[in-house]
Amino acid sequence: MTARAAALLADGTVQRVLGWEKGDFDYDLTPAFFETADELKNLVYGDYSGANLSKYLIKAGKKEGKTLVFLKPCDTLSMNQLMAEHRVDREKVYVIGVGCKGMLDHEKVEAAAAKGEKKERLELMLGKCQDCKGKTFAVSDEVIDDEESRVEFGGNRFSKVAELEAMTPEERFAFWQSQLSKCIRCNACRNVCPACSCNKCVFDNAASGVSAKVNANEFEERMFHIIRAFHVAGRCTDCGECSRVCPQNIPLHLLNRKFIKDIDEIYGDYQAGESVNERHPLINYTKTDAEPSIVYERGGRE
Amino acid sequence: MQRIGVFVCWCGSNIAATVDVKAVAEAMSHESGVVYATDYQYMCSEVGQAKIRSAIAEYKLTGIVVCSCSPRMHEATFRKTAAAAGLNPYMVEIANIREQCSWIHKDMMTATEKAIILARAAVAKVHLNAPLVAGSTPVVKRALVIGGGIAGIQTALDIAEAGFEVDIVEKQPTIGGRMAQLDKTFPTLDCAACILTPKMVECSQSEKIDLLTYSEVEEVKGFVGNFTVKIRKKARYVDTTKCTGCAVCTEKCPSRKAKNEFNMGLNTRGAVYIPFAQAIPNVATIDATNCLHFKTGKCGICQKNCSAGAINFEQQDEIIERQYGAIVAATGYKPISVDKMDEFGYSRNPDVITSLELERLMNAAGPTKGTLLRPSDGKHPKTIVFVQCVGSRCDQSTKGGKSYCSKICCMYTAKHAMLIREKYPDTDVHVFYIDVRTPGKNFDEFYRRAVEQYGVDYIKGMVGKVAEHDGKLLVQGSDLINNEQIKIDADLVVLAAAIEPDPSARSIATMLTASMDTNDFFTEAHPKLRPVESPTAGVFLSGVCQGPKDIPETVAQASGAAAKVIGLLNKDALVNNPCVAHSDELICNGCSQCEKVCPYGAITYIDKEVRGPGVREVRRVAQVNPAVCQGCGACTVTCPSGAMDLNGFSTKQIMAEVDAICR
Repeated sequence: MTARAAALLADGTVQRVLGWEKGDFDYDLTPAFFETADELKNLVYGDYSGANLSKYLIKAGKKEGKTLVFLKPCDTLSMNQLMAEHRVDREKVYVIGVGCKGMLDHEKVEAAAAKGEKKERLELMLGKCQDCKGKTFAVSDEVIDDEESRVEFGGNRFSKVAELEAMTPEERFAFWQSQLSKCIRCNACRNVCPACSCNKCVFDNAASGVSAKVNANEFEERMFHIIRAFHVAGRCTDCGECSRVCPQNIPLHLLNRKFIKDIDEIYGDYQAGESVNERHPLINYTKTDAEPSIVYERGGRE
Repeated sequence: MQRIGVFVCWCGSNIAATVDVKAVAEAMSHESGVVYATDYQYMCSEVGQAKIRSAIAEYKLTGIVVCSCSPRMHEATFRKTAAAAGLNPYMVEIANIREQCSWIHKDMMTATEKAIILARAAVAKVHLNAPLVAGSTPVVKRALVIGGGIAGIQTALDIAEAGFEVDIVEKQPTIGGRMAQLDKTFPTLDCAACILTPKMVECSQSEKIDLLTYSEVEEVKGFVGNFTVKIRKKARYVDTTKCTGCAVCTEKCPSRKAKNEFNMGLNTRGAVYIPFAQAIPNVATIDATNCLHFKTGKCGICQKNCSAGAINFEQQDEIIERQYGAIVAATGYKPISVDKMDEFGYSRNPDVITSLELERLMNAAGPTKGTLLRPSDGKHPKTIVFVQCVGSRCDQSTKGGKSYCSKICCMYTAKHAMLIREKYPDTDVHVFYIDVRTPGKNFDEFYRRAVEQYGVDYIKGMVGKVAEHDGKLLVQGSDLINNEQIKIDADLVVLAAAIEPDPSARSIATMLTASMDTNDFFTEAHPKLRPVESPTAGVFLSGVCQGPKDIPETVAQASGAAAKVIGLLNKDALVNNPCVAHSDELICNGCSQCEKVCPYGAITYIDKEVRGPGVREVRRVAQVNPAVCQGCGACTVTCPSGAMDLNGFSTKQIMAEVDAICR
């Protein structure tokens, strides 16, 4: 990977490389731009390269020339979605798809190590990787992949959502009450989310009147997450970054997944970012669209 | 700070009987910003309006709230009142305390409480209202009529008569529609062709009318006064400028398998054909699905025999795009399919026919040259049974039946019965009916003549079964007056099939954003007071596409629609709705979601240098064409960043209303 990146930098195909940089600890891999062969020495792709680099392409797009980016299969969906929304220009990106065998969650690894337990790799993976969405690259200029990373895993990603749906409204409210009350409004989920790419977020826009309301009391504070889930509905690729970065370990991805599950059930299976030219179901109309209540009355979409 | 006046209307007892209007006015007088609050019996009356005008002057009001009926009813009235007193008309808000409050509540306490909440929401909104100024757009002085039946023909003739250009788009090769298929017309029994064809000729000769036959509307964009319509002129494979209508090709064509639609499939026609002798335009059309040249590549007999050299197998569909100020839907009807109604055995027995098929069998230009012969063996039927309300007024929607009355069947059945008895006095004619409905000038007299003078046997009751039996049709039915089951050996059974809107109407309604009812009839803007207008501005309705009606009614409605079109085209410009969307380019992400949901194509994207605090860069941003935007608000709720907002219904105003309601 480093060699290929250095070659593309050297021959002028790309002006910079977007990848993961070595940190103080081996799990501490951070997204970074590399502009010289020397800087590339710090490029790492390893068990902790969980970060989705797609969103950084918006920033990179404002710079001159092309950016090389390394994307895991699930990350390519985010890039496609950003292209669909005209936030990323395909012409200014050189995509190298990199195979992924599931990224590790250092907290799980440390916990297991502390107890001296030996666990399967799958158990130590990030939540989002345990629900792996597949090994296909939705967009790429070239692919660096090996046999080991093509092993399929991942179960039914909607099982937890179904559990929540089965709860009574009171139980569900209590669940979210307990989860969302942990929120410290650090905004990490919003800042990492590739769908949250607004030039100016409504929560930062005093003129919108929304930010003041949300900050007014602790109930509305929690509404932040629900409003955010509405804003990204239909566009969320389920990359799972929101939950990965949450310092309070709130399972935020469940809110988005509920929307995805509903969209799948009401309008047919849909994966945001699979295609650049398609309209997502919430901004599209087809003659077979029915009111959600009717779809559920029929017992699902035929 | 706004100075707001609140005016609570009693609407006689409509509101005052259920809502304590004085309490509402009293409660509003304590609201922040409200400097004057009062109530009056009829705010919309001249006296009521004068109260509003003088209060605006006396209290220097900057905004007013009228608590009254739905804004659909009197918003325009009160905006004019405000404007007359020098207040911007968009500083008026209506709190609907009638339809949404007094009419639906019985308890005064609850209704009053709700009225206060609704009024409070309107006051909260007015605080954030800003004066809006409406622009104007010019009117394209040309009309489009979709459908070339008697409805479309009459509408087009009247519009042309007023001096405006009008195009008729007809999907068939000729204009004329259903009326051209009819033999005689009730109640005067004059021949349909004799009264219709002169009108068809008038259309073709008018300098103002352009006939686009064998054409279909493909796309409609724009809005009242400025529609842009794409029309597909289907390939006829005949050069209409050369064809003389000599019909030699139609005689020479070796393909004889195509069912003749004009004769309801009772005989066949060539692949190259002219639907009927008086067709307008009188030119041939090649139906490519049946043409041997297109199927095998070998034939070309028509081409060899055409002395005018009009046959052109290379012809392609042509798309034309035109601008119109107004559009009239005149898409007409078709009889329903009676295939699924097993009891009548229509699909099993050729001698069970529909009334429209009978029209063709009785017509001199029809498959039997006007002699009534039954389809199975070509013999004269001696006993004929008519069945009324086949699929009308019924609840068997599974079999294609309709809940409504098709309105024309009683009269045409009386006509058929009478004509048969007149021409073939030895024929027995029985009519099974549920009710005979004959409202209309000279209609009941007509029906009574059939019974009293022509001896037609009317039986109140319905037919339960038609079965083949020794070469006859055994009709079993009930006679409700004599309370007995009766059996009739018939030679011919005629079903008065219900009528339904032409299937093409649905897609046209979608293109026009005109609404339809559950039966696919176009909805009128008001069932009593605006019967020829659709709720979509600039779209008008003519003929059966709006509901079942006979020829005199169709013609009357057609002229009514024409009058509305003329009124519109006569204006040079239309005042726009200033409640349109606009985008804040500093916040816009350029994501294109609003563009995709806009039903009017009002949003475009441009790359533009945006400047703001700390921002100076070229961005892709949304732009709204205020002349095209209809203010539906779909974009504002789609925009994730809140860059898109709607004048007069801004997100902040709506949030303020919600907050006021939840307070």
